[in-house]
Amino acid sequence: MLLLSCPWCGDRSEQEFACGGEAHIVRPLAPEDLDDRAWGDYVFMRRNEKGLHFERWRHVHGCGRWFNVARNTVTHEILAIYQVGDDRPELPE
Amino acid sequence: MSGESNRLTDGGRIDRTRRLSFRFDNKTMYGYQGDTLASALLANGVRLVGRSFKYHRPRGLMAAGGEEPNGLVRLRQGGRAEPNVRATEIILYDGLVAESQNRWPSLEFDLGALNDRLSPLFPAGFYYKTFMWPASMWPRYEAVIRRMAGLGKAATSADPDRYEKQYAHCDVLVVGAGPSGLAAALAAKRTGARVILADEGAEFGGALLGNGQQIDGRPAIAWVAGIEAELAGAENVRLLPRTVVTGYYDHNALVMLERVADHLLQPGPGQPRQRLWQVRAKQVVLATGALERPLVLANNDRPGVMGAAAVQTYINRYGVRPGRRAVLFTNNDGAYPVALDLARAGVAVAAVVDVRARAPIGWRGDLDRLGIELMADRAVLGVVGRKAVTGVQIGKLNEAGNAVVPGLSRHIDCDLLCLSGGWSPTLHLLSQAGTSLQWDARQGCFLPGKARQAVRVVGAANADFRLQDCLNLGADAGNAAANDAGRRRRGRGPHKPLADVEPALTPPRPIWSIPGTGKGGGKAFVDFQSDVTADDLRLAAREGYRSIEHVKRYTTVGMGTDQGRTANINALGIVAEALDVTVPQVGHTTFRPPFSPVAFGALAGGQTGPLLDPVRRTPMHGWHQDHGAVFEPVGQWLRPYSYPKAGEAMAAAVDRETLAVRTSLGLMDASTLGKIDIRGPDAAEFLNRIYTNGWKGLAVGGCRYGLMLGEDGMIFDDGVTVRLGEDHFHMTTTTGNAAPVLDWLESWLQTEWPELSVYCTSCTEQWAVAALCGPNARRLLAELCPDWDLSAEAFPHMTWQTVAMGEVAAGLEARIFRIGFTGELSFEINVPAGHGPALWAALMAAGEKYAITPFGTEAMHVLRAEVGFIMVGQETDGTTTPDDLGLGRMVSRKKEFLGKRSLFRRDTMRQGRPQLVGLLTDDPGHRVPEGAQLIAGADPAPPQRGLGHVTSSYHSPNLGRTFALALLQGGRARQGETIHIAYDGRAVPATVTGPRFLDPGARAK
Ligand SMILES: [Zn+2]
Repeated sequence: MLLLSCPWCGDRSEQEFACGGEAHIVRPLAPEDLDDRAWGDYVFMRRNEKGLHFERWRHVHGCGRWFNVARNTVTHEILAIYQVGDDRPELPE
Repeated sequence: MSGESNRLTDGGRIDRTRRLSFRFDNKTMYGYQGDTLASALLANGVRLVGRSFKYHRPRGLMAAGGEEPNGLVRLRQGGRAEPNVRATEIILYDGLVAESQNRWPSLEFDLGALNDRLSPLFPAGFYYKTFMWPASMWPRYEAVIRRMAGLGKAATSADPDRYEKQYAHCDVLVVGAGPSGLAAALAAKRTGARVILADEGAEFGGALLGNGQQIDGRPAIAWVAGIEAELAGAENVRLLPRTVVTGYYDHNALVMLERVADHLLQPGPGQPRQRLWQVRAKQVVLATGALERPLVLANNDRPGVMGAAAVQTYINRYGVRPGRRAVLFTNNDGAYPVALDLARAGVAVAAVVDVRARAPIGWRGDLDRLGIELMADRAVLGVVGRKAVTGVQIGKLNEAGNAVVPGLSRHIDCDLLCLSGGWSPTLHLLSQAGTSLQWDARQGCFLPGKARQAVRVVGAANADFRLQDCLNLGADAGNAAANDAGRRRRGRGPHKPLADVEPALTPPRPIWSIPGTGKGGGKAFVDFQSDVTADDLRLAAREGYRSIEHVKRYTTVGMGTDQGRTANINALGIVAEALDVTVPQVGHTTFRPPFSPVAFGALAGGQTGPLLDPVRRTPMHGWHQDHGAVFEPVGQWLRPYSYPKAGEAMAAAVDRETLAVRTSLGLMDASTLGKIDIRGPDAAEFLNRIYTNGWKGLAVGGCRYGLMLGEDGMIFDDGVTVRLGEDHFHMTTTTGNAAPVLDWLESWLQTEWPELSVYCTSCTEQWAVAALCGPNARRLLAELCPDWDLSAEAFPHMTWQTVAMGEVAAGLEARIFRIGFTGELSFEINVPAGHGPALWAALMAAGEKYAITPFGTEAMHVLRAEVGFIMVGQETDGTTTPDDLGLGRMVSRKKEFLGKRSLFRRDTMRQGRPQLVGLLTDDPGHRVPEGAQLIAGADPAPPQRGLGHVTSSYHSPNLGRTFALALLQGGRARQGETIHIAYDGRAVPATVTGPRFLDPGARAK
């Protein structure tokens, strides 16, 4: 049961959140210019990291806001929490 | 047995003035306040408490705490009965009823014990070997296995008691209230930290309750009482006795089970039986102690073989003497003080047998004074006696400990054998917390590795066995934990009490199994609860098992309800020896929650029955109830399915409602439709990106049907959205998707399109909606709105108006949408939720002359299917595109929207995708089941190539026959063909048609 710190509400238990999968996936600006493979990569392909993973979470049973989390998927250590739209923080692998 | 034959006349922590009566296997017995069921049974001379799992061997109590493998009983009766409860953890109360398990017909005479005689047939992995073939026989084998090799039986009636859950937060959670835990809790408390101290026992003190040690010159138990008083008086401390920590999860989230009322005849008024705690602790101190291991030797499971420390606890804490003539067998110093306590309690101690060549010197004087024989460099080779110990065979082992030196064997009579095979720190919780364990070959046990969470391990759990170390290190850990949680005590460090001087420890001699005398010496048990012997483990090693995880699953060692608390280390040692490798090379199994069994009732807490999930009711629910509605759950909503009249069959009621809408007038409660208020200067642009069709051209006052896709191009939801103003829309969603659609909208606004100025607000419950449908809909509405022009010209299809209704409708102001889901002339009348019942009543009263008929979801489904309207979740299943449903015209070519690119992927454009069609069975009375597969031929025998499936299937009184919708491969090109609907081994012929069966035509204008 993770302890996540919502940027707006503070420390809350994982039960209040929903994980939205990998972060930093940007919707292509001109989808019609992509071939099937490139579009399929955007829609379907996700990283499955053992270790450092950047992911989206939403405080769904709280303020409802999305934010980004850098988490170690082995130790569940939360390495960073930052706003949607911010760059990935520099973190040791 | 006559009364409490084994009760000492004085001593112990029982209250001899409070006598308690209880029943075990229908026999009435007596104990005292402060007893456990186990101590009371021993006091009454009960040695046989159960039959073992596989061999049905007679078993007695071995332990005094939660590690007890044998003494599992069924506690209480009726709906309160609970199987597999450890007698050592049952606090005795007046009127307690318990019975033994896994025996038939009786504990003394058990037919299953034949398994023991037939035991060559039950080697390790016998389930796998014996019952593998033929597979068809499994159900029969399983029935036999379950009857013969099982544990207790669960209650079959409902549990009348209440269970609850509670959340808690603290700076420091201390697990275990022995000397280390008490010292830690006290030190943390004195910093002002918020402290929770939990202990599974009814009394704090841990090992101090059962041994006679001294602290600060007084009996240790007086020190315990002093600390407990200080902690109990502190506002920053919560004391939880009878509370076992069962799970240690990520980020210091722990789960504890508090047995609130298990020590009472029944819970008091308003009191739960158990309470499940979920704790988030900034820091954790584990003071969980250590478990004494048995020694593995022939027939070491006979009633009368017990752990040495357990025996000490029975004497000192409960005033019970578990035998009359004892032999102690040890590989460490632990048995020596027990021998002295036994002698002081009047038990004849025949010998202390120490497998070490050099027995500790410090105890000799006391042994000599009490006339106890010390047999160093000797071992108990086996136990004599069947239903109880009658003696032991003693001999000498060679230096390697793997063979008996011949000629030195000797028999000693006794009725009690106390075993001390060394101590295993209780590290289950630490292992659950993700900390690896390190093997210590010298002490023969695992020690805590580097912790990954904010946790400290102290006392015997850290293999610190001397009381002074426990007190010092416990206080240090409690203080440091509080400091790390941001609490600091000014000035002094933690107070450290002084324990009496203890004799220096002589190192133990790790020995995993005692070699037998050969030839039929008897089974040497490693795991008593799962009936796994040393030979079973060696067999597994011979058969090629190398990893302990595999050995565990093959032999079932450590898989009982005690998770092998007393078995695991011995099992590792035996497997390592058999494989000729070190213990770390064999590895250790992973501990998983729960540490101690947790009843489902506690996990469910209050969320049972009607409280399992919230129920949502519409404003008009009361009317529906009063008028005979039969409800169906749609998500959390309760919707009227139909309104059968007295004596009317359900199918007839649905037919009647369906007909009424087509011929005159029907009224449906549509309040459950999801409603989202969408506002902002970019609202139209936003909808344009969300829906497949265009929205910028929709005029204020207009309504439009929209389809939403996922990025994979598959239909996600549909509904009508109306434009309330230039920057203001009212979106409707399907009932079940209201929340997912809002989440979907929010995710795009927040993460991908923050430049759009749009705000979405759920208003599902703010509006009551009555859908008035049928040829007479306009006539009735006109009567209710006399000042309003409702003509087709003034109020055309797919528009909405704010209407001031007349007196008959209580002057309500309504938002009326001229839209519908039945194909008939329809008005969806929206009023603020509180006005719903008034609106509904007015419509029903005024509609009487048109025989207005309330209709439910089933009639609505028939009506929409008759005119070919799809239903998301019925005609779609997450693999359906708009074109598959013939809704290609809904897809804009001109603009970009979510999922558009996926509609042009190779797979979504291929020929032969399932397409929506109608199906008419050759037999017009035959209604096929939804979900039935479509096949080409009339022979249903497998193998078959599936061509699609039925998505909706109804009887239509308007058509005078049944009809169905289906997704059929290449279906649009197959109209007029015959296909077959396969189910229940039959193939029903049907003709493929278009998906629209009926056209209301001009009457809907
Ligand atoms: Zn929040």
